[in-house]
Amino acid sequence: MSLIYPRESLAAHPANASPAYGSTVKRAPSKPLILLPHTLSETTGPVFGHAAVAAGDCDLTRQHVGEPLGERIIVSGRVLDEDGRPVPHTLIEIWQANAGGRYVHVRDQHPAPLDPNFTGAGRALTDAEGRYRFVTVKPGAYPWRNHHNAWRPAHIHFSLFGPSFLSRVITQMYFPGDPLFKYDPIFQSITDAQVRERLVSRFDLATTEPEWALGYQFDIVLRGRNATPVEEPHEH
Amino acid sequence: MSTDPQTAEAPLGITPSQTIGPFFAYALTPCAYGGSELATGTVAAEGVAGERIRIAGTVYDGDGAPVGDAMLETWQADAQGRYNAVGNAGFTGFGRVETTVEGAFQIETIRPGPVAAPDGTMQAPHLSLSVFARGILTRLTTRIYFEGEAANAADPVLALVPADRRHTLIATREADGSFRFDIHLQGQDETVFFAA
Ligand SMILES: [Fe+3]
Repeated sequence: MSLIYPRESLAAHPANASPAYGSTVKRAPSKPLILLPHTLSETTGPVFGHAAVAAGDCDLTRQHVGEPLGERIIVSGRVLDEDGRPVPHTLIEIWQANAGGRYVHVRDQHPAPLDPNFTGAGRALTDAEGRYRFVTVKPGAYPWRNHHNAWRPAHIHFSLFGPSFLSRVITQMYFPGDPLFKYDPIFQSITDAQVRERLVSRFDLATTEPEWALGYQFDIVLRGRNATPVEEPHEH
Repeated sequence: MSTDPQTAEAPLGITPSQTIGPFFAYALTPCAYGGSELATGTVAAEGVAGERIRIAGTVYDGDGAPVGDAMLETWQADAQGRYNAVGNAGFTGFGRVETTVEGAFQIETIRPGPVAAPDGTMQAPHLSLSVFARGILTRLTTRIYFEGEAANAADPVLALVPADRRHTLIATREADGSFRFDIHLQGQDETVFFAA
């Protein structure tokens, strides 16, 4: 089945020139983007199978001798295309700070403790129905130097490939009701409030496991529609 | 909102992009952290058919300062111009590298073959390139073409680029035979980026 990639969908993405996020000022292109036709170079993409994922990659709480500190959570959901069809067997990579808001990255200087039992990197393949599931701990908020008293809302970084070069996306998943949303220029770089909400996971009691872990649902929609969509009503 | 393709009428809204941030390396390019790499800057293993080439360059910001925390991903056809060809062991066509603190990167691969355009004409050999970094909210995409390729003159994508900016998409030959492709995110010699 071949997919088409409507360009209108791109409007969901934040503009790179978002000066409230200081790092964009010298890194955003100043000249207009050129419309690229969708050739084979764009409609194909790398395929990753089970070799890319090791057993246990989707459980970030079991990668060390002991268990990490923090609030144990399950993050699961579906990866869909723009027609709502599941995207099966596609690779998801995630990374995040520990419960104290500290990344193991060598350049993270936040004076919060590292957790010897937590790295914060995971991988999973979606199943035949596009479902995925990670077990991890809830990441802490962390300060950054974008402006005075700047803090990132708690988030998990997500990287997805989907069926082609055109469906590739890197994003961040947030947690419902975070009081830092309105102060965060990265979250607010998406100017449409409804589009922003697509990055906020949903607490889900059915995903929550009694006596063990809170559950969050986060569905991801990648670019791509059926090349021969069912006839749609015309607007007059 | 329906998820049944039979009744789906309006497209679902896509998940918007966010920056990769500065701290991706231990997950996405984890060699230095002892992690297993999904892909590296070596796109073609020894023995893969084709002309072996090296593409090296530096990523610069609008001040001309090196961007030392970018991730670059490349996607290309094999020497015969095929994507995802079955049986071409040692070649996935996909490369992924983190820039060094000096903003430098290097891709070891084979020169891709020409690829058909939708109208049946041929595109000149090229790699597709994505740039991710702190301060880049939505991935930047561009292409790497090769100096000295006669096919560049008839390439339908290069033809869309203003003549005075086309050189930003063409890797130049160095004295040692390798190719140089610098990326300027912004400014005087800004690389052409595409809306794909
Ligand atoms: Fe982060």
